[in-house]
Amino acid sequence: MTMRRSRTSLIAGIIGWVSAIAMFFPIFWMVVTSFKSEIDAVVPSILFKPTLQGYVEVNSRADYVSFALNSVVESIGSTLLALAIGLPAAYACAFYPGKRTKDLLLWMLSTKMMPAVGVLVPIYLLFRDAGLLDTRLGIVFLFTLSNLPIVIWMLYSFFKDVPTPILEAGRMDGARFWTQMRYILIPISMPGIASTALLSIILCWNEAFWSLNLTASRAGPLSAFIASFSSPEGLFWAKLSAASTLAVAPILVMGWVTQRQLVRGLTFGAVK
Amino acid sequence: MATRSRDMRTGPLLAPAVGLLLFWMIVPLALTLWFSFQRYNLQNPLVTGFAGITNYKLLLSNARLWVSILNTLVLVGSVLVITVISGVFFAVIFDQDFWGRNVARLLVTAPFFIMPTVSALIWKNLLMHPVNGFFSYVSRWLGLPVVDWFVQVPMFSIIMIVSWQWVPFATLILVTAMQSLDREQLEAARMDGAKGFSMFWNITLPHLQRSISVVVMIECIFLLSVFAEILVTTSGGPGLATTNLSYFIYMRALLQWDVGGASAAGVIAIVLANIVAAFLIRTFAKNLERE
Repeated sequence: MTMRRSRTSLIAGIIGWVSAIAMFFPIFWMVVTSFKSEIDAVVPSILFKPTLQGYVEVNSRADYVSFALNSVVESIGSTLLALAIGLPAAYACAFYPGKRTKDLLLWMLSTKMMPAVGVLVPIYLLFRDAGLLDTRLGIVFLFTLSNLPIVIWMLYSFFKDVPTPILEAGRMDGARFWTQMRYILIPISMPGIASTALLSIILCWNEAFWSLNLTASRAGPLSAFIASFSSPEGLFWAKLSAASTLAVAPILVMGWVTQRQLVRGLTFGAVK
Repeated sequence: MATRSRDMRTGPLLAPAVGLLLFWMIVPLALTLWFSFQRYNLQNPLVTGFAGITNYKLLLSNARLWVSILNTLVLVGSVLVITVISGVFFAVIFDQDFWGRNVARLLVTAPFFIMPTVSALIWKNLLMHPVNGFFSYVSRWLGLPVVDWFVQVPMFSIIMIVSWQWVPFATLILVTAMQSLDREQLEAARMDGAKGFSMFWNITLPHLQRSISVVVMIECIFLLSVFAEILVTTSGGPGLATTNLSYFIYMRALLQWDVGGASAAGVIAIVLANIVAAFLIRTFAKNLERE
């Protein structure tokens, strides 16, 4: 019995690790290339003199910093906004369910199903007329709207796990909404709120439809900055790799940290 | 619970979210519909007025539209098959206990967190470049013919990149779903003499079925609008080989400034997505009922 177990686990281990290395290889290769000089970068070899040249050149380009700053401001800004709007809504749905709460939640989910490209034209024209093209405000607004259903569903699914007696006790003591929120609900469901925020940041950071179509140099986030390497500038592989590594590193770490809770948000609470 | 809900007025709590989403749902949609019946080209302000169904007629008789719809279906279908099969495979593998399992799982799921423009450019340049890419280097070393990926097999290349991004998603979901599998049931089946494959087919797969349908539907929503990967690698080419519906609309709207035509195509995209969404909503509705 144990013999067979250990043989299965050996085979699973070999397959598991081979697949892990194969899946991770492109990322590994990107990081390796980021430490090469431009001349070494076009030769697929791992024997080279490591250099920080790529990173230095990316950072010396003033625009990298401003694109990175845009990414930070836009993803954190819209995450905070989505939480501010989503928290009360999720609270109402989870703790004061009415006859139509279920329909309401499903309707919110359904707004997420509209393909962005279907409304590209009107959004572009509205943005042009409102002077929102290539502004951080416009992007924050769009990111908030497109993540709001996910944020509400994820918070709802975490709030459902909060034992109601605790809130009831608070209510007996006459605690109003904000007091309940601040002293009971937020502290209890902090891990859930934190992973919701992280998922929202990840989704905003990696967003590449609105940011490519509606921004240029002023409000463009990193995904737009990297896209500019698809022009002849893409010939500078070390620089491309260094910029890419910097752009994905923080999100990769966040993703790894919150993996387990992310599943809940990504599947709208359907898989826990 | 029903009486208690009257203790508190939930209206003000829900209003901001509902209002914003209502606005987000109605305004752009109404405008898309409106524009789709207009003669409206940003490059030619003289052409205006009601177009009736002309935009739709022109569009539906345009072979390019049908090619791009077909490409969309090929892309979505292939990526779905690849990601679901690999996801189930990884779910079974990572359910076994082996050395460094958690680290290996992290490495497999990593590509999901890479932004689309980065993944596309890394694959295009560092891996698939016909002269200096890693793959061409390996081919030469093995004495095989070098493949010029984006010229010879453009759609296949896009499918590979997009699958690389979405296999981790399926894996993440299905690995989590595996954890709720009833171990005693498995053990009992083993006692009864069930062998590996029949256990997988009769116990594991039925258990994963609901999660697989969730994966399929959520991926459908996202894959219908793949855009960045195409923009930075092939720009829809060569010819129309990798033009999907998203890219077709983008070309109409922001390269040819044909607002009417692009909106009509947008309506078609929305209809396509809604067919998928109808199934998705039904699954989630069932899920809410079970709670």
